[in-house]
Amino acid sequence: MDIKDYIAPFAVWKRAFEKPFTVKKPIDERPGAPGYRGFHMNDADKCVGCGTCEAICMNKAIDLVPVDGRDAKEGDSGLRPRMDYGRCCWCALCVDICPSGSLSMSNEYVWVDSDPEAFRYTPGVEAKPWDGSELGYRRAEGYRLLDGERVKMPELDHGEAVRSFLELVKGYSREQAMKEADRCVSCGVCIASCPAHMDIPAYIKAVRDGDMEGGLRILYETNPFPEACGRVCTHLCESACSIGTGGDPVAIRWLKRYIADQVELSDYAKALPRKEAPTGKKVAVIGAGPGGLSAAYYLALLGHDVTVYEKDGEAGGMLRYGIPDYRLPYPALDKDIGYIEGLGVQIERGKAVGADLSLASLRSSHDAVYLSTGLPTAYALEVPGDKHPRVLDGVAVLAAATRGEKLGLGKRVAVIGGGNVAMDAARTALRHGSEVDILYRRREEDMPADAEEIREAKAEGARLVEKAIPIEVKDSGGDGALFVWNEARMVLKEEGKRPVPEAIPGAVHEDRYDSIISAIGQGPDLSFVTETDGIPMKRFKPVIAADGRTDAGDVFAGGDLTNERKDAISAIADGHRAALGIDRMLSGKEL
Amino acid sequence: MSREKTHVIPPAERAEPDLSSGKYLVMWQGPQHPGITGNMSLKLVAEGDTVVDCETHVGYLHRGFEKLMEDRLWMQNFPLVCRIAVPEPDFNEYCYAAALEELAGVEIPDKAVWLRTLSLEMIRLASFLMWIGGQAGAFGHGTIAQWSVTMRDYVLDLFEELSGGRIYHMYIIPGGVRSDVPKDFFKHVLETMTIIRKNLDDIELVMFHNVVFKMRAQGLGWIPREWVDEYGITGPNARAAGADRDLRKDPGYLAYPRLDFKSITGTRSDAYGRAEVRLAEMYQSIDLIRQIVDRMPKDGPFREKLPNPLYWKIPAGETYVSAECTRGEYGFYVVSDGSDKPRRVTVRGPSYTHAISLMERLARGVNIADVAGLMVSLHTYPPEIER
Repeated sequence: MDIKDYIAPFAVWKRAFEKPFTVKKPIDERPGAPGYRGFHMNDADKCVGCGTCEAICMNKAIDLVPVDGRDAKEGDSGLRPRMDYGRCCWCALCVDICPSGSLSMSNEYVWVDSDPEAFRYTPGVEAKPWDGSELGYRRAEGYRLLDGERVKMPELDHGEAVRSFLELVKGYSREQAMKEADRCVSCGVCIASCPAHMDIPAYIKAVRDGDMEGGLRILYETNPFPEACGRVCTHLCESACSIGTGGDPVAIRWLKRYIADQVELSDYAKALPRKEAPTGKKVAVIGAGPGGLSAAYYLALLGHDVTVYEKDGEAGGMLRYGIPDYRLPYPALDKDIGYIEGLGVQIERGKAVGADLSLASLRSSHDAVYLSTGLPTAYALEVPGDKHPRVLDGVAVLAAATRGEKLGLGKRVAVIGGGNVAMDAARTALRHGSEVDILYRRREEDMPADAEEIREAKAEGARLVEKAIPIEVKDSGGDGALFVWNEARMVLKEEGKRPVPEAIPGAVHEDRYDSIISAIGQGPDLSFVTETDGIPMKRFKPVIAADGRTDAGDVFAGGDLTNERKDAISAIADGHRAALGIDRMLSGKEL
Repeated sequence: MSREKTHVIPPAERAEPDLSSGKYLVMWQGPQHPGITGNMSLKLVAEGDTVVDCETHVGYLHRGFEKLMEDRLWMQNFPLVCRIAVPEPDFNEYCYAAALEELAGVEIPDKAVWLRTLSLEMIRLASFLMWIGGQAGAFGHGTIAQWSVTMRDYVLDLFEELSGGRIYHMYIIPGGVRSDVPKDFFKHVLETMTIIRKNLDDIELVMFHNVVFKMRAQGLGWIPREWVDEYGITGPNARAAGADRDLRKDPGYLAYPRLDFKSITGTRSDAYGRAEVRLAEMYQSIDLIRQIVDRMPKDGPFREKLPNPLYWKIPAGETYVSAECTRGEYGFYVVSDGSDKPRRVTVRGPSYTHAISLMERLARGVNIADVAGLMVSLHTYPPEIER
């Protein structure tokens, strides 16, 4: 101890003349740092109510709740996260994980209220003073807890693909499938948008768990065509996928295919449910497309005796005759159909109702009939000369290709239309060595075909001619035909409606083609239904109840014939619904 | 004029005072007491104003973190662990993240290594600043506590800027850190270090050259060198006793092997000597922070991509990861059974040994008025004792 130890402490006095460190009212005068984790904000329009924030919250401080004026719609659960500030620890994992990026935090940190209930609120729905704050915690750039990038699907090179009918998409490997399945957050927003309401999160979980048989079981609960749908489904689920709001949607369709591909047909029976005891009831299904066979599968499972009548030589309907095998190889389709047949479903191939037997006789020999005849008749171009021998029907061309017939399309081919049939016809023609122009009356973005089909058709060498209105087909004097079309411009006729093409006067083109494939849509062929059958029709379609039942009582209908979407998955869903409806009727357990 | 207290080594055996004799006074210090630095109690038996027996009581702060973690996903535990030791959350974050990375075989980017080192050094400084206020306050020097707590707040300002949180930073996340440094952050760090260094000079002058502090702290709570292993003493408490042990040096982790510094050991193992070691470590921390700002890579990724946190499964295994915190060895023992949640997590907080068995022994023979000073001189945090 020396003299310094007695004097030095008085040095504190020098601070008496300095500005104090603290200010009087720090809460009034000090804003939080620009990245402060303050109160939550949610862009309620960007949010899709997927609930991933709720799933990651370790304090269970977030609840997804219904909010006024916001209904569930495709890709949006209609729910929004509600915060409980009695539980929240402001860790911001919810902000970090939010797939859409709608959640963020303001830098506000003072909120005084005498009502404890006030601290449970729904950001973005209940207005708060900090809404829209520019400052506060945001997910750092380059930092995401979820992977926004889809695992790339191995595909044939387009140059190579167009030279053969080999399957374009090769399918995921185990490692790729696991990685892709890991991107899913199991929010289930996709389920509502799938016409068959497949339990998508559950089968993706099965992929993650490596439980292929369990996965297959989940697939067959709602869809007996996993091989086909795993390849060509219109995948509405992926448009609804919450991961797609901030990156690539999860490749749900490819994961479904992965499961089905992993299980051998001989192992299906082990994984899938057994048939119930025979009921002694007989059901006839007309049309062995995905819808008809789907109905047949579920009816057979319920113990009914099912016979399917198919006019063509093979079962599968549009899946076989409308979709080329580079998209859906026949062995994959045969696997799906094989399991249904293996369950005891009889398929009478080459037997057309109408020509070979009447609907009335079917009704008398069966307890119920399911009409699932689809849309086999192509619409005509409805322009002068549309009966020209070089004007071909797109569906017929695809069916001929399936049967292995010689197409003889010639060198230059025009495909008229913008749907999937048009794309398939164009790509089939390309594979037969033709040069292909696709002419569509509107713009590319208006095309009803899947975006990837359009992209692939173009990549394989098809030339897309937009805004081309067909006027006439004329004889070219030689082998081919002259296609006359008018260039159009898009005109907005009515606010809120999509623009319509309007011919530009004088801008008429005349091109010579060896073949002109018309693919502008198809209609039903119900010539076998007579008035005495007593099935009410509206605009050439049977009128049905929610379960597919017509007024005729024992006759049900579904698939492309009745629904608006006209795709395989909707037909499958209709088939399932009708099967349950028929079962209720047959068992007397009507609702 | 020179007068220095000599130290006495308290006996190893507990006295068994006859409480019915009327000679003794039993009193509780804590659970609410500034000298306790958290929620725990000392049951003191005094004869006159001299403590003859001390019994530590914990249980006021048991929140069951370790058990809670078994029921949460690996990533969900990341906001939880920081709450185990409130004044130094970052060591929990680091040990937990590093343990997971080791088990999962994840290599983090170099920038994240440096940013983690930076945040650990910043919190070391903040934690010591809080301690020095407590130490001075325990001997009646409240003014120093005002200064040092303000300085700590300046460090918390930096944390707020970096991570968005002042107390619970939740910055060190498995896979790296949560964000890059904001604009002008390093400038603010260096400015703050200059202010704190100047203040430390003032504190050094008025606290360490202070007759009251010297008289009360010197000779108080002497820890003989041989107790270090016997009691499992680590950190400045061990280094003041002459044990040259610093996990940052040996084995070294994060960016510490790439920084120039020496492990600081003391010459006297009493409350005063421990304070000296800690003060020197505060200066060292400032120096290390400056080195980090100077040497760390300014570009590059700050986080390694991890699997989806909702399903992240960590291969079965176990590991122990430790770090040198202000009180000594802080460690996480983590066991995975290969699932998406930990099978077992155990936290080793240095206060467990310092505040229980060591404190009980050191308190014997101490004046009641010095118990708080003694407790603070061991620098313990009750929250990490019981988790």
